[in-house]
Amino acid sequence: MTLHNIKLTVNGLPVEAAVDDRLTLADFLRHQLNLTGTHIGCEHGVCGACTILVDNVSARSCLMLAVQTDGLAVRTVEGLQATDGTLHPLQAAFRDNHGLQCGYCTPGMLMTLVEFLGENPQPSAADVREAISGNLCRCTGYQRIVESALDAAKRLNEQEP
Amino acid sequence: MKPPPFAYHSATSIPEAIQLLSKLENAKLLAGGQSLMAMLNLRYLHPENLVDINRIPELSGITIDQGRLRIGAMTRQQAIKASAEVKAAAPIFAETLAYVGHRQTRNRGTIGGSLCHLDPAAELPALALLHDAMVTVAGPRGERKIEMAAFIVDYMTTAVQADELVTLIEFPLWRAGHGYGFAEFARRHGDFAIAAVACLMESDSEGRMTRVAISVAGVAATAIRLTAAEAALIGKVAGPEAFAAAAACCADIAAVGDVHGSAEYRKKVAAVMLRRALTDAQSRMAKNG
Amino acid sequence: MSVMGKSVRRIEDVPLITGKGRFVDDVRAPGVLHGAFLRSSQAHAKIQRIDATAAKAMPGVHAVLLLDDILPVMTRRRMMGGNRSGKLPETLIPTALAEDEVCFAGQPIALVIADSRYLAEDAAERIEVDYEPLPAVSDCRRGIGESSPSVQTAIKSNLITSYDVGYGDVEAAFKNATHVFGDTFSQHRGGGHSIEGRGMLVEYSSGSFTVWASTQKPHDLYQMLVDLLELDENQLRVITPDVGGGFGPKLIVYPEDIALAAAAKLLKRSVKWTEDRREHFLGAIQERDQYWTMEIATDSEGLILGLRGKLLHDLGAYAYQDVNLPYNSATSVSGPYIVPAYAMTVEVGLTNKVPVSSVRGAGYPQPAFVMERLMDRIARELGLDRAEVRRRNIIPVDQMPYEKPLKARSGAAIVYDSGDYLACQAEILAVADWDGFPARQAAARKDGRYIGIGMANAVKGTGRGPFESGMVRISASGRISIYTGATAMGQGLATALAQICADQFGVEADDVTVVAGDTAMIPLGLGGFASRQLVTAGSSVLLASRATATKAKTLAGHILGVAAEDLEIVQGDVKIIAAKQLVVDKKKPQSISLGELSRILRGAPGYAFPEGLEPGLEATFHFRTDALAYANATHVVEVEVDPEIGEVKILRYIALQDSGRLINPVIVDGQVHGGIAHGISNALFEWMGYDENAQPVTTTFAEYLLPTAMEIPPFETLYKESPSPINPLGVKGAGEVGTIPVTAAIASAIEDALTPFGVRVLHAPINPEQLLEMIEEGSKKQRPS
Ligand code: FES
Ligand code: FES
Repeated sequence: MTLHNIKLTVNGLPVEAAVDDRLTLADFLRHQLNLTGTHIGCEHGVCGACTILVDNVSARSCLMLAVQTDGLAVRTVEGLQATDGTLHPLQAAFRDNHGLQCGYCTPGMLMTLVEFLGENPQPSAADVREAISGNLCRCTGYQRIVESALDAAKRLNEQEP
Repeated sequence: MKPPPFAYHSATSIPEAIQLLSKLENAKLLAGGQSLMAMLNLRYLHPENLVDINRIPELSGITIDQGRLRIGAMTRQQAIKASAEVKAAAPIFAETLAYVGHRQTRNRGTIGGSLCHLDPAAELPALALLHDAMVTVAGPRGERKIEMAAFIVDYMTTAVQADELVTLIEFPLWRAGHGYGFAEFARRHGDFAIAAVACLMESDSEGRMTRVAISVAGVAATAIRLTAAEAALIGKVAGPEAFAAAAACCADIAAVGDVHGSAEYRKKVAAVMLRRALTDAQSRMAKNG
Repeated sequence: MSVMGKSVRRIEDVPLITGKGRFVDDVRAPGVLHGAFLRSSQAHAKIQRIDATAAKAMPGVHAVLLLDDILPVMTRRRMMGGNRSGKLPETLIPTALAEDEVCFAGQPIALVIADSRYLAEDAAERIEVDYEPLPAVSDCRRGIGESSPSVQTAIKSNLITSYDVGYGDVEAAFKNATHVFGDTFSQHRGGGHSIEGRGMLVEYSSGSFTVWASTQKPHDLYQMLVDLLELDENQLRVITPDVGGGFGPKLIVYPEDIALAAAAKLLKRSVKWTEDRREHFLGAIQERDQYWTMEIATDSEGLILGLRGKLLHDLGAYAYQDVNLPYNSATSVSGPYIVPAYAMTVEVGLTNKVPVSSVRGAGYPQPAFVMERLMDRIARELGLDRAEVRRRNIIPVDQMPYEKPLKARSGAAIVYDSGDYLACQAEILAVADWDGFPARQAAARKDGRYIGIGMANAVKGTGRGPFESGMVRISASGRISIYTGATAMGQGLATALAQICADQFGVEADDVTVVAGDTAMIPLGLGGFASRQLVTAGSSVLLASRATATKAKTLAGHILGVAAEDLEIVQGDVKIIAAKQLVVDKKKPQSISLGELSRILRGAPGYAFPEGLEPGLEATFHFRTDALAYANATHVVEVEVDPEIGEVKILRYIALQDSGRLINPVIVDGQVHGGIAHGISNALFEWMGYDENAQPVTTTFAEYLLPTAMEIPPFETLYKESPSPINPLGVKGAGEVGTIPVTAAIASAIEDALTPFGVRVLHAPINPEQLLEMIEEGSKKQRPS
């Protein structure tokens, strides 16, 4: 086993770390960087709880190795809130629309939707359902997550005239 | 569910990747990782070495020229799905890729990775087979080209040797205006298919089918071409009668069952999907003139 | 403005949406070691030899523990909890790690403790186990037969208990009946599958233990650890951090929990284990395997005269807690209907499968399926509308409270406390345009589409006692805190309790802090299960809030020189009510803050203390109840079946629920949504498969299907609020009610869609392959037009 030195940015901040060959990106974020907002629900790429953005596109962090992020930009749920504490429109929409119950799937849902709404400013409910179909939620039955996403789209559109 | 120990190597060029593969014991290539990483986490596999080919730029890219669609092995599934060029030249790709996993897995998952993993229910090997794609493989003995039919050896087994890697997949394109159809039944959106059928179709001015290709995923141990059905269609007028006859060929597939569906069931679903895919192909062909 | 009955934003959410939630695997402990279990690969076997030499020698490995290694730090060999009745065979109660016989694939045999989870799993792979395979029982129906092999060699018969439940003259009812219809029904097991698995961190510090556990029952875990590990009560604290969903499995104290805590005691180190998904398939309890053989007797008008039959319940390989699910099932089968005579034989059988306990719904969805399918059968046989048959048999509102001649588990009578079932059914049928459906169906069929509509009713006892704790305490800063033994698993419990409390002090919900499931903060509690928390903890919090408010007013009255009745609490201040201010001395203060009152009630050494008041601005209540508050629901669903492949699509889903008074409607609505989704999942997707040798065949999320947002439809939900007369809030539970009628309603709709093929849905889950077989069979028989 070797340690690999990697340099990356996480939520815009530079990070240097030494990581084991087989350390998954999810475990690296959670246990080496203490960014425990990224959750683990299956570790075989189905539940989507571990979804993050790598170079601005969504990825399952349980299916990547930490060492693979050398030189890349990683964004996690911890990076959504503005530095002044303002909630990201998606976060605010989830809060206002009861888009979460236990909150365990929520970070993965949020990160998936950050990418999706970036590309689809005016989605239909059906579009949202397809977009989050790679994220399992056991609590909500999805309906209020869909409503939250639609509300977030509205807020995002208002934000950028 | 943590991966077993292995040594990680990253290759930055094709020769370097080949060199690493030749030199290292029990090495696996790490492409998009969307199947391999899950299998490692489940400890189904215990490789000693992993050779990451994500940092080899020449392995990615899409070009179309002289009637051939050329896709680099490490091109992400999402990039193929989103490509306007591909959509214009071979619209079946975008339609099929909508069924491949989810956005997060398509962002990482590659076409070469899917072909090499060769899951019997995966859609991309079926598309490659449908087009009689040519797979370029590079290894210590140089480059070789393998026809898709020969690339598929057996259940999750390809013709690629342990010291080789797939670099390029070439798809001969069909005439503009060809008909295409893709129909799939999976238990959930994004799951591997119970049965999926892809087809391409061309016809003469009387509506008689002059060229037809059909491939099926999810039913046999590998993706297969349904040559009997193709032959049954050539020269016939496209329509329910001909399609029903073609669908009957599904009964002869050497089907394999699992927890999601028995062999018999998969054949029945395949016949229905085949009819639906052909019907779509016909209607699109008509529209395309 | 009261916050009661308002859909206020949840106080839980901000940490959870910003990545600052704290789930058990997020808790950091210095120097913590990591556990991984070696689990049985065999469904049933004798263990002949275990060799851990290689595993122990691996770098980073601190220990490889077998049962004999941990027994020295334990007071007894077997766990407890599963045998409060004392009637079950001793060996049904598991040991923390396997003895020399394993009885299900997945049973923990050894616990590896290492520097990291990665290393612990490496070592677990290196432990050598020689198994002598024994015949395994996979199907409970065969397992209880004379010639079946034993699930455990120490137990002769796999039929471990049977009993009768019933009332009335059933013989006579059947003899006098115009019609008797019989069917057999079954439901298959699934798992809880909260997206967060189980998990536990045991922090060790000079002889004391702080346990962080993702549990629904922290106080149970606490008591069990105190007893089994021989701890003084002050040596242990169990804290429930954020819990990523419960749904049943987390209400059990598992062998893994005990083994891990024993390892911490033995090694004098902090240790942690996080269940992974495969372990959830192999080790966390599952539910629903039941086989029913039923007969129903009616008169010529479809009025029920009697119901009888037999229920076989599959318990799996061990009893992790009291075997009460089949009793719940047998006593709830009549649902909202009047059944004058009833006789059931209940049998409980063992299999070499993961032990069974409550998964969301807890023994209620199966009887609802049975009863509702029988109602449809009556309708079809008598040529009546399905809703009409139900209408004729439903308990009318003027018979409320309605006592069934059966006893609940507590021994208390089963009394439906309130609810207008008929009105509920009528309302939802109107919304669904039930009467207009046949025309829509006929139109669709002309286009070759098979659509169908189905309905089902359900009644669920909620708010299981005997009590729950609720303490309200106001600090010197004026901050109000609630402490409760109830446990939050994501339902929004904290918000609902905060609303109840805030209402008494004229503040907002987020002015209240809620601490749930911390044994150091509140000594007693039962936890979160049986849709009980709002009923029990909510009532305790209401009573404690009122008592605290009264105390504050009494003291403020002394200080301000007015009677307590002339005071009100507004935004955290105790004020003289406006009308009374005219007559008091304006120079005197008109109000006093709760913080100030709290400071006074803390006392100061040597100073006088207000007379007649106990120290501390706080109060604790344990709302006691043995009776249950019965919530009810009616669901209507429209489906489309693709008759060529057997696929079922849900086109419309409507649910009406009466959970009594709603404290926070949007939270309840979320519970109903989640409950329906779970039900749809049970009806159409989730199938925990085992082969004939009891080897599990679905151990990943690729094999075991949890539906996505594409398969789950949008829901339309309606509410009625019939206050429960048996608790001061008038509330009833909500969490499980939504799950119960779903499978029945979907089955009803599928049958309706496939009437031309004569398909009958008697088993769940309903998978497309089986449905296609039935369609094909039907088309052979009766060639649809
Ligand atoms: S934990 Fe990565 S997809 Fe489930
Ligand atoms: S909110 Fe609990 S899993 Fe989605």
